Amino acid sequence: MAIKDLPDTECVLPGSAACPGCPATMGLRIVFKALGKNTIMVVPACCTAVIESLHPHTSFDIPVMNIAFEAAAAGASGVEAALRQQGKEDTTVVAWAGDGGTYDIGIQALSGALERQTNFIYICYNNQIYSNTGIQRSGATPYGAWTTTTVGGKTEFRKEMGEIIQAHHIPYSAQTCVSYPEDLYNKLKKAKGIKGPKYIEIMAPCPPGWRFPMEKTVEMGTMAVETGAWALYEVENDKMTFNGKSKLILEKKIERKPIEEWIKYQGRFRHLFKPEKDVKRLKAIEEHTDQMWDRYRRCYL
Amino acid sequence: MKKYNVVTTISYPKKGAMGKTGSWRIFKPILDKAKCVKCLRCWIYCPEATIIRNKDDTVSIDYEYCKGCGICANVCKVKAITMEREVKKK
Amino acid sequence: MTLMIDTGNYIAAKAAIMAKPDVVAAYPITPQTTLVEGIANYVKTGEFKGEYICVESEHSAMCACIGASAAGVRTFTGTSSHGLLLMHEMLHWAALARLPVVMCNINRVVGPGWNIWPDENDSISQRDTGWIQFYCSSNQEIFDTIIQAFKLAENEKVLLPVMISYNAFILSHTSMPVEIPDQKEIDDFLRKRKSKWKLDINNPITFGNIILPADYEKIRKDMQNSSENAKKLIPEIAKEWKKKFGRYHGDLIERYKCENAEYILLAMGAIGAESKVSIDNLRKEGLKVGLARVRTFRPFPKEDILKLGKQADLIVIDRNISVGSEGALFSEVKASLYDKSDTKVYGFIAGLGGKDVTYNDIEIICKKAIKGKVKDCEWYGLEGV
Repeated sequence: MAIKDLPDTECVLPGSAACPGCPATMGLRIVFKALGKNTIMVVPACCTAVIESLHPHTSFDIPVMNIAFEAAAAGASGVEAALRQQGKEDTTVVAWAGDGGTYDIGIQALSGALERQTNFIYICYNNQIYSNTGIQRSGATPYGAWTTTTVGGKTEFRKEMGEIIQAHHIPYSAQTCVSYPEDLYNKLKKAKGIKGPKYIEIMAPCPPGWRFPMEKTVEMGTMAVETGAWALYEVENDKMTFNGKSKLILEKKIERKPIEEWIKYQGRFRHLFKPEKDVKRLKAIEEHTDQMWDRYRRCYL
Repeated sequence: MKKYNVVTTISYPKKGAMGKTGSWRIFKPILDKAKCVKCLRCWIYCPEATIIRNKDDTVSIDYEYCKGCGICANVCKVKAITMEREVKKK
Repeated sequence: MTLMIDTGNYIAAKAAIMAKPDVVAAYPITPQTTLVEGIANYVKTGEFKGEYICVESEHSAMCACIGASAAGVRTFTGTSSHGLLLMHEMLHWAALARLPVVMCNINRVVGPGWNIWPDENDSISQRDTGWIQFYCSSNQEIFDTIIQAFKLAENEKVLLPVMISYNAFILSHTSMPVEIPDQKEIDDFLRKRKSKWKLDINNPITFGNIILPADYEKIRKDMQNSSENAKKLIPEIAKEWKKKFGRYHGDLIERYKCENAEYILLAMGAIGAESKVSIDNLRKEGLKVGLARVRTFRPFPKEDILKLGKQADLIVIDRNISVGSEGALFSEVKASLYDKSDTKVYGFIAGLGGKDVTYNDIEIICKKAIKGKVKDCEWYGLEGV
C-alpha cells in the first residue's frame, strides 16, 4: 500500500484544538482512512479529549464517547456489547488512549477487556508522557528524559507494554509509528478484519512534550525507529513479525543508529549533553536498547 | 444531522470547531506547483488535514485552518513547499 | 402471577432479567454476590438473553454500563459498599451523561475493619452523584422498585440513573414470599427503552468534550430540574403499579399510622420495616406515634417532610453518620423544616457496623424522644462509652 492508495476519508476536521505538528491528529487521520466511518471511538482523558474542541462543537466526524481516564477499555466493552445486542456488529469499536491511560491508570481495564476477548481495537498513541496535563512522567517515559515530575531526568526505564499485551495472547497486536503511514494503515486495516481484541500502539512524538520544533514530528518518529528506541512489529496469533527498518535491525542487516542521534534533537534530553556530555547515562541508554534487541532476537528471530 | 434534545455535553461536528486556526500561523507554507512531484507526503503527514489532495494528486493548501507547523515543507523531498513568515494584516 | 420465595438478591436478579436489560456488567462483592450469580444462572437457562459482561472491577462495571447505555440500550448492574465507592467517579459520569442505568446496591459497612453487615454509609456517601436513590424494606419492594426504576430512569423528563439500596443480609440473604407478575404484564408496564441520545454512526456526535462554565452550569441545573420531575413521576409510577398489580409501598415516603400522630418516626431501609412493629406496640400503649419510612433519599421528599413536621414532632433514626456533622437523614429533615416549622426533631444514630436494631430498640428510641431527653444527635446503645 503506497501513500497514493490511501483513501480520502477524513474524520478529523480542520480547525481543531490540536497543537501545530500534533502526532495524535496525524495518526488519527490514518486510523480513520483504514477504519472508515462505520466506527465508534471511546476516548479517555488524554490530549484527544482537548483536540475534539469545545462543546457544542466537535472536530470529529464519527461518534465519540469521552470517558474517565482509566476507563477506555471498559467503556468500549459496553459499547461493543450494546452494538452486538442491536445487530450492529459491523461497526468497529475503537478505544483511543494515550500512554498514561494505557500503561498506567488504564492498564487494569485494558487487561480485563483483552482477557474477556472483547471485539474491539485498542489503540495507544504513545507520546511517552502525560502531555495533556503539561508533561509529567508516565510508565512509557524513557530513561533520562526530563519531565515536570522527573526534573533531573527519569531514573527508570520504560515498561515494555507490547510484551505485557502479548501475555494476553490476543489475536492481533502491533507497534507502529506516525512516521510510517502505510505501516500504520496496514496494521489498522488488518486489525479491522480480525474478530476479538486487537491492540495497536502508535509512537507519537510530541513537539511541546519532547521539546523539538513542530515541523520535526515525522523525523522524530523515523529516528525512534532507526535508532531502535522503538520497534515496528506485529503479532498475529502469537507469531511475531518485525516490519520495515525494525526487521532489518532485528536480522542485523542494518546497524541501529546510536540513540544519541535521536535524543540530541530533543530538549527533554538536553541535560545529557549540556553543560557537558553525561557519558554514564548515555551509555546506560545504549546498553538498555541493546539488551532489548538482544531479547527480541532471542525470542523472535 | 439530528440534534438531540438532551441537556448534556453532546457536540456536533464542525469544520473549524476552534475557529479559523489559520490565525495561529507564524510561518506560512508556500507551494511551488512546478516543483511538486505528486508524492502526497505533505497530504498524508499534515496533522490538520489542511493539505487538500486534488483529483490529479496535486495538492492545495487550506490557509483558513493551516496552523503553519511546517511539517509539509519538512517532509517534501523536492522542496516544493517553503515556509515564509506571515505578513500581519493591518 | 406466581409466588417466589427467595432472598432479596435472587429476587433482584429475577426483577432485573424481567426488565430485559440488553447489557448487564457486574463484579462480585459480598453481600451482592448472589445477585450476580442469580443473573449468571439466568444466562445459563436462557431466560436472560442480554450480554452479561463479567468485568474486572466495579469501576469497569459502571463504565461498561455507561458505554452500553450511551450506545442506546438498557443496562443493569449491582454492587455493595467498597464496590459502590470504587464506582464513585463513574456514578457522576452516568448521571451527567443522562444515562438511565439502574443498579442495586446492597448496603454494607465500609472498611477498614472488614465487616459485611448492614450500614448505609456506602450509599449515603454517594448522595451528591445525581443518582436517584431508593431504600427498600422488603423483597417484594425490591422487585417492584427495580421494574419501576427502569420506567422512571428512562422517562425523558428524568433521564437520571437509579440506585436501589437494600440492607445486607436482612434483605439480601433472607427469603420472603414475593409475587412475581407474568412477563407479558411486565412488558406492558415497561416498554423497550427509547434512548434520547446515543452513539450512532448515522449521527456522529461527540459526547463529553470540553465545556465552558456557563454551559456546564446549565447541565447541572437540568439535572436538578429532572430530579424535581422525578418527584412527581415516582408517585405516578407507583400508582400505575398499584393499579396493575395491586401493590403499593408508598411513593417518596411510606406513611404508617400517621393519622393523629403526635410523633412521627423517620427511618429508611430495614429499620423502616422493623419500625412498623414498634409503632403497633407504641400505639397499643396509647402513644400517638406514626412512621414515615423514607423511600427516596434523592430526590429528597422535602415537601412531604414539611407536611409531617407541621403535624407532629419528628424522630429520625440514621444508620449512617456524616462524621463532623450528624446523621444524614437527620440533617436533611431539619433543613426541610427550616424557617417553616418550629417542630422538634430528635436525631438518633443506630445500627452502625450492622448492629441489630430491633423493634424493642426502636420503641426505646421513641420513648426517649417523647420524654424530650435527647441530645442534639444521640448515639443509641453505644457500648462502653
